[in-house]
Amino acid sequence: MTLLLAALALLLGGGMIVLATSRPHRDCSWLAAGVVVVAAIVGGIPAVQVLAGGTVSTLHWPWAVPFGQFALGLDPLSAWFLLPTLLLSALAAIDGADYRKSGPEPRSLGPVWFFYCLLVLSMVLVVLARNAVLFLFAWELMAVASYFLVTVEHERPEVRQAGWIYLAATQVGTAFLLALFLLLARQTGSMDFTVWAARGIPTGGWAAVLFVLAAIGLGTKAGFMPLHSWLPEAHPAAPSHVSALMSGVMIKTGIYGLLRFLTFTRTPPLWWGWTFIGIGMTSGVLGVLWALAQHDLKRLLAYHSIENIGIIALGMGVGMLGWSTGSAPLMVLGFGGALLHVLNHSLFKGLLFLAAGAVLQQTDEHDLDHLGGLLRRMPWTGTAFLIGAAAICGLPPLNGFISEFLIFLGALRGAALAPGAVAVSLLAVVAGLGLIGGLAVACFTKAFGVVFLGTPRSESARTAAEVGPAMIGPMLILAAACILIGLLAPWAVGTLPRVLTNLTGLPTAAIHGGLAGAVGPLLAVVAASAVLLVILGLLVLWRRRLLSRQVMATGTTWGCGYAQPTPRMQYTASSFAQPLLSWTSAVLGGRRQLTAPNGYFPAAASLHTQTPDPLHPDLYRPALDRVGAGLARQRWLQPAAVQLCILYIALALLALLIWKFG
Amino acid sequence: MKLLTLIPPAAAMLLAPLLFGVIHRTKAWFAGRQGRPLLQSYFDLWKLLHKGAVYSATTSWIFRAAPMTALAALLTASLLMPFGHVAAPLEFPADFLLFIGLLGLARFATVLAALDTGSSFEGMGASREVFFSALAEPVLLLALATLVRQAQAGGPGSLATVFQRLTTRVHWLHDGPILALVVSALLVVLLAENARIPVDDPQTHLELTMIHEVMVLDHSGPDLAFIVYGTALKLWLLAALVVGMVLPPVSAIWLNLLLATAGMGVTAVAVGVVESVMARLRLALVPQLLVGAGALAAAAFLLGLA
Repeated sequence: MTLLLAALALLLGGGMIVLATSRPHRDCSWLAAGVVVVAAIVGGIPAVQVLAGGTVSTLHWPWAVPFGQFALGLDPLSAWFLLPTLLLSALAAIDGADYRKSGPEPRSLGPVWFFYCLLVLSMVLVVLARNAVLFLFAWELMAVASYFLVTVEHERPEVRQAGWIYLAATQVGTAFLLALFLLLARQTGSMDFTVWAARGIPTGGWAAVLFVLAAIGLGTKAGFMPLHSWLPEAHPAAPSHVSALMSGVMIKTGIYGLLRFLTFTRTPPLWWGWTFIGIGMTSGVLGVLWALAQHDLKRLLAYHSIENIGIIALGMGVGMLGWSTGSAPLMVLGFGGALLHVLNHSLFKGLLFLAAGAVLQQTDEHDLDHLGGLLRRMPWTGTAFLIGAAAICGLPPLNGFISEFLIFLGALRGAALAPGAVAVSLLAVVAGLGLIGGLAVACFTKAFGVVFLGTPRSESARTAAEVGPAMIGPMLILAAACILIGLLAPWAVGTLPRVLTNLTGLPTAAIHGGLAGAVGPLLAVVAASAVLLVILGLLVLWRRRLLSRQVMATGTTWGCGYAQPTPRMQYTASSFAQPLLSWTSAVLGGRRQLTAPNGYFPAAASLHTQTPDPLHPDLYRPALDRVGAGLARQRWLQPAAVQLCILYIALALLALLIWKFG
Repeated sequence: MKLLTLIPPAAAMLLAPLLFGVIHRTKAWFAGRQGRPLLQSYFDLWKLLHKGAVYSATTSWIFRAAPMTALAALLTASLLMPFGHVAAPLEFPADFLLFIGLLGLARFATVLAALDTGSSFEGMGASREVFFSALAEPVLLLALATLVRQAQAGGPGSLATVFQRLTTRVHWLHDGPILALVVSALLVVLLAENARIPVDDPQTHLELTMIHEVMVLDHSGPDLAFIVYGTALKLWLLAALVVGMVLPPVSAIWLNLLLATAGMGVTAVAVGVVESVMARLRLALVPQLLVGAGALAAAAFLLGLA
């Protein structure tokens, strides 16, 4: 715990120093990145210790805030979320040290780095907090810090707009969270998580209310489908290393909150699991479909975060169904898969956002259809993006396959053994995960193919060059982690039992029994991966031998005999996704503006497609405007004159004095 | 690992190209032609392996690595598929998930190679391939989940145990409808995944209408040989899936293997018959076919619940 406190102090102190410093950009950035890296290492040690079997440490300090207590705790569940948070924070900070702001040069990057440190600090506090008031404090700190990071490039109006949407969404979520905590405190007479964790929540009607409040309040942060609208706005607006951090780990604090909430409850009813499966299917399938429809790389990745949160929700749904039906293996596999996917997603999504940031920085081009051929110009970035793309599609031998494999195993087991409706819902999980995986392949072949393959579609893509080592390094580390978890899957799963004990309260034997059903197959998967790599190596050698005696020629791409292909003749991102999108247009909607070619020598023709989110923030506007108008009527209470404000303060003080001493 | 388990992959690797020969001969018979020799695919592969290669100036290392990656994935997949009730070398619970994952990896590589050429034709094929396979994958999973439940192996068993229990335990008269539904769903997946009529026409010569063949237009020499061989392997493996769940085991191993080989021949003939008597579907109808197959598999699962 001392080390954790040291890390927190480092982040706070470092952030303050960076804020105060007037050094030039680079020094300031490197200082801040250094602080975050050191804090991550210092804080990572206890997290690793706890996961490896060390004792769970807690800390209770009195705090002057009413009902508040500075109570921290590091149990395996917290440690599981703490590790990726610290890892990605450090790597994104190194990447961000090379970050160059578009638009006018700011006087200092100090405030940016201050809020970055604050964001890391608040995320660490969120997963450590053991008191509801402290949790809410950290939660809000996280919202505010990330708001200022989203709006770093506030000169652009769309960034300011995205910032407001994000702030509004996160505050709505907090309102539900506040109600949840107040109800819990009323029923248990405490704000302390340890009291709630004694499964203090009564079953029945109240539990249902609490569950819904938690799902909405925490689900807004996580990006569950009907509550996701802030996500595709905020991620593209923020600097890429911040997007990586927000998408990779910050939205996972919502998942952490939900899992922590589950440690407070007794055996949940079946409909909790079904709700999560419903949320997971909607977020997963629709998330990837909208991702497919995007033309902006970072917006595409943002929708993929929704998809992956959907996969995590599916895993949690499987786990909850297992809990309700009393099936330990189902519980272990479902929750285990969800937990592992939390880690995996933070790795490959962080990687993908960093790579997208590198592309954006080198080309200054948001539109996929203006990119192309970057693999030759940015080989490291391209290769890293390729590994991330294969991992997020859940392809063997990478890490995404492993976590989805666990959820699949759980769902298949339930579909094979459970009775009636439970089996059908788990069959839906199996089919849904398959569909999500297939669509993810469609989406990431599009993203990688259009950005990195073929020929450049614009001048800026043609002249792009590789980024510096500070940006390549973190990407390669994340890519290596994706590969390693894939190849060391049984050992990665071996770290789960303590977290699962913490989460489910099952006896250790039951958890090991449940995981044993996965470790055997995973060993075989690893063996198959090794065989795959050996075969690939042999094929490489064989092909080299075969071609060594032959003529190798270079030509143009086959175009039905047309010998002068131009970049504009390539398939674009829009055309690649068109068949799938038009087939699903009943769900997706989408607008088309077509100026068809006309006459024998058509001059100008154009096609614009757009697939706006049906839950786009603008659609909330009428309702929000009405709320705003209602509130404006109370405006007379809030006068512009300073004298009246002072009068209010004086009156309030007087009232307090009378109340206190009267 | 028993030596016997090497038979399924060996059979797949040696006999897979023969399936093309059988399909061609069937189609030739329907058309009243003599057709090409049964072993023509082997001659073609041999020829391609000993040729040079031409690469488009547009392409990067992805284009060169993709055929090898795809073939490596499919060869690894051949280590997972049992044949003639002889278990595969790699046999473990829910091994079919890895099988499906490896097919996905092969597809991922092929699609990226197609996009690497910067050709609109190949982009078109790639776009259709990912669309249709995204729909075929859940069908395959639904069908396999139904089989797993029917096999009652106490959870997700391996393909070998599922086949074993299905063909011996299940009463064909009683559970016949369920298995018939699953077989028809799997046959649709087989045709779609292998780019056969009614989904795709491997014989067509118009780039605008092709799916799989148009994706590999730019490959030549050994690369093309790897791709053609991979296609044959994929056809073999998916056919072995259908045959495995239908053919009951008999006592002698060699008889099992013989029966399974005959079953593969019958499947190839069936594919040839379908190609001879049907036209390919309009592209817009293919998704409906696949969703229909998914509905069949889901219906089979529901029937099994009752």
